[in-house]
Amino acid sequence: MIFSFDLLFEALIFGVLLGCFYAAVSIGLSVSFGLLDVPNVAHPAVMILGSYATYVVASYGIDPIVAGVILMPAFFVLGILIYRFYYEAFEKRGTEAGVRGLAFFFGLAFIIEVGLILAFGVDQRMAQAAYIGSSLELGEYRIPYRMLVAFGVALVLTFALTVYLSKTFTGRAIKAVAQDEPALRLMGANPVRIKQWAFGIATGVSALAGAMLIIVGPVEPALDRLYIGRTFCVVVLAGLGSMTGTLAAGLILGIAESIVLMMLGASWAPAVAFGLLLIVLGIRPQGLFGR
Amino acid sequence: MKLSRRDVLKAGAALAVSAGIPGRAFAQQGPVKVGMSMPQTGTLGAGGQAALVALRLWVDEVNQKGGLLGRKVEFIAYDDQSNPANTPGIYTKLLDVDKVDLLIAPYGTVPTAPVMPLVKQRGLLLMGNFSFQVNAKVQHDMWFNNSPWNDAASWSDGFMKNGQKLGAKSIAFLAADQEFAQNLANGARALAKKAGMKVSYDQNYPPATTDFSSLIRSIRAARPDMVFVMSYPNDSVAIVRAVNEIGVGSGVKMFGGGMVGLQFTPIMSSLGSLLNGIVNYNSYVPGMKYPGIEDFLQRYAKKAAEAKVDPLGFYLPPFNYAIGQMLEQAVNGTKSLDQKKMAEYLRKNEMKTIVGPIRYDKSGEWANPRVVQAQFRGVVDKDIEQFRKPGKQVVIYPDAYKTGDVIAPFEKARKAR
Amino acid sequence: MTYWIGALVVLAAALGAALSGMNEYFFYAAFVVLQFVVLATAWNILGGYAGYVNFGTAAFFAIGAYTAVVLFKWLGAPLAVQIVAAALVSGLLGFGVGMLTLRLRGIFFAIATVAVIFIMETMMVNWRYVGGATGLQLLRPDVIAPFDSYTRMLFAVMALLAVIAVSVARYVQTSWIGRGLRAIRDSEEAAECSGVPTLKLKLFACTVSGALMGAAGAPMPMYLSFIEPASSFNLSYSVSALAMPMIGGTAHWLGPIIGALLLGSIQQIVTVTISNEINVLVVGVLLVLFVVLAPDGVIGLFKRWTRYFK
Repeated sequence: MIFSFDLLFEALIFGVLLGCFYAAVSIGLSVSFGLLDVPNVAHPAVMILGSYATYVVASYGIDPIVAGVILMPAFFVLGILIYRFYYEAFEKRGTEAGVRGLAFFFGLAFIIEVGLILAFGVDQRMAQAAYIGSSLELGEYRIPYRMLVAFGVALVLTFALTVYLSKTFTGRAIKAVAQDEPALRLMGANPVRIKQWAFGIATGVSALAGAMLIIVGPVEPALDRLYIGRTFCVVVLAGLGSMTGTLAAGLILGIAESIVLMMLGASWAPAVAFGLLLIVLGIRPQGLFGR
Repeated sequence: MKLSRRDVLKAGAALAVSAGIPGRAFAQQGPVKVGMSMPQTGTLGAGGQAALVALRLWVDEVNQKGGLLGRKVEFIAYDDQSNPANTPGIYTKLLDVDKVDLLIAPYGTVPTAPVMPLVKQRGLLLMGNFSFQVNAKVQHDMWFNNSPWNDAASWSDGFMKNGQKLGAKSIAFLAADQEFAQNLANGARALAKKAGMKVSYDQNYPPATTDFSSLIRSIRAARPDMVFVMSYPNDSVAIVRAVNEIGVGSGVKMFGGGMVGLQFTPIMSSLGSLLNGIVNYNSYVPGMKYPGIEDFLQRYAKKAAEAKVDPLGFYLPPFNYAIGQMLEQAVNGTKSLDQKKMAEYLRKNEMKTIVGPIRYDKSGEWANPRVVQAQFRGVVDKDIEQFRKPGKQVVIYPDAYKTGDVIAPFEKARKAR
Repeated sequence: MTYWIGALVVLAAALGAALSGMNEYFFYAAFVVLQFVVLATAWNILGGYAGYVNFGTAAFFAIGAYTAVVLFKWLGAPLAVQIVAAALVSGLLGFGVGMLTLRLRGIFFAIATVAVIFIMETMMVNWRYVGGATGLQLLRPDVIAPFDSYTRMLFAVMALLAVIAVSVARYVQTSWIGRGLRAIRDSEEAAECSGVPTLKLKLFACTVSGALMGAAGAPMPMYLSFIEPASSFNLSYSVSALAMPMIGGTAHWLGPIIGALLLGSIQQIVTVTISNEINVLVVGVLLVLFVVLAPDGVIGLFKRWTRYFK
């Protein structure tokens, strides 16, 4: 194990970039699970679907980020459909549906994963772009451009979603439905329509998250398993329903992973997210900023 | 593309018709079944698909000559997806359900390792397929490997010796945590110790690793004189990209050594100029004179174009075709399919193949290894044909095939023409 | 009483088959199906009876397998000892996970069980003694008479384990423990208020479930002559162990058996004839279909039809 302050500093920078990326990837789940209480374990799988969709669209010569943005409306619709189905089949039927709802999303995640294997094989896919493969040189430090791009997009996304939820009418209605559904109904708004819309947004955001994922590194169909840990870790650590919390939690996870990678080596890095999740669940289940 | 037995039979029938076989009368006992699992998808997939084309070519040509012992050869190949967990089940199926007569190992150390106890316990002949030291623990006496290396020394010697000639005093090891890389790493560490080199860095990474920036950064911080990498295709690609992105330090004289995958045509063409400067092992590069290989490569190129697979076929196909040739010689030499007799025949006799003569030692590996170390030079992007002519991979070891001296340091070699 | 007669008949049939001259591959495939009977039955004790969804079946299964490997490599222990040890270790793991997370809501328990898979897998990947990421090749010991081959013996052992698992599940279901678990599933708050010791019962179910899963995992290394982390901790064990009871019916001990036999056999046939991927897809699709259309599983459908025809 080599230790030097240079390496530590580089690990920290990398951790911040990575952490912001994790936050952006988890923000959709923050909405669907944190606010709407939908046990959406298929969220990472949908995101990987977004990565592959980006790969296909980008193969026509379109920049991956642009491809991701183009896909957002389609995924928005997909999200509405999924939520509608979930609502009709499970949420309407009451508490017993909790177990089955969870099983449903688990099954959905699996179907997506296998569908991708059938369509694309188990091989890894990468996106091509001018900024993938070169780095920014600051003295002794090299920061890969792909991380900077993902970092930039992630910040913009998180900021935009936070503003949306606090400043616009629908955004505030979404937060309201999370806090007090009967009250919202009394005020004349239809909670099911609002939840549907929110889930659509969460899924649309996943398309862009998927685009960022394939920029940061190669994707393969089984990648969703690793990201279940990362996204749920961020969402739980943040505290359900907190958007700014998501950013903070993402940063914590990113830095923790980067440091573990540097000090203990690549073998322990995948366990960091899950380990952190278990610790949070054990000590402070409501997270940092939870309601 | 995963092939079921039905697909294979259909393909075999189609090829038989196209070769004008219907007129030929094969013996009544039924076909000689040759079975294997081949990684056609997953990290080894690109190599496996090319190897399969060569094997099918051999099957066609043997059937045109009248088959084995007058019986048609039927070839059954499943896809193990480069996943070692799939191979025990597949080989059990081949033996108990498909009832094959002869077994060929899957391409690669990792998919082959789990099958070794199975074939040892059942006393079966297994033709090895480019695996490294996979028989070391099990010590099966009916194992014959087609790859031109023997132990770690035969593989790493060239790389280490050249590094020492350039004055390297310290070395960094980066190895995947899987059977092949670990076998090689153990040998390489011993060699480094014997040469009195300091090990500045020694790290294993889990096979699923996709981001090497942190590892490359650590290597750079350790300031080694040479870097020996032992990796599988997916990691090799990621490592080459990371090195180009982050840089490994101006003090590194040589980089590479044991990176599998940089011999696969699709990977060579997709990495292009990123490969320049890397010194890596290979089994065959254009210019090496083996009897019949150039003719084979032309026959192969036609089939490969149809199958939309690696059009050059330098790395695995000739050696897989050689497996076929060796099976043919053993069957004809013993006039039987008796596995024990065939094993004795293979042990005692020198095999004549398109990759030269092969003689086996006690462990089932080549008595005279023929691994080359070559440096990538002047490679440009998006051009497959550039690799057909000698010159893009300059052989620096062994002397018998040498075409040039290594250019160091590594950063300088990256820009050399 | 009829149950025990039935169980003995099943055991006798399994033994008879193992000693007969049937094609070796049958035992190879049947072993996997029986293994799923145990896994599905074990899952259902916590998942079906109590309503706590465990995604981490793969972890308990794999830890059972690794325990067996350690005992085999270190002490040369016979299979029976390996199985008992595996059950103990996995049971302990179940207890530990339960202590940590069963106080939380259902979905947090579920996510935590996914975490257990990854953490256990990472630990095994970093442990060189059991092969690390590379894996370990194992040479089977000589087969014990009267069996002809080791695979047949493993088949018979797994049949015995299946009977044991189902008997345990049946006991839990029909006893006061089962009543308590059902109360928890229907409404945990109400159960608490009525004085049901919810945490103790949940812990018990989680421990027993884990132990049985570990026992199912113990013969696996001998079956493959090989162990390695990625395939041992494969998520499809978790999905299958969840899908089979959901398909068969979660309220009764027969449900997991039906689900395992049905789905397991389909899986084996598809793997041999079509492909490995479609096999996994089938599991996912059937799971979603049953969860949405037939929440009470095959047993529920059967009850509905018989009522319809009365």
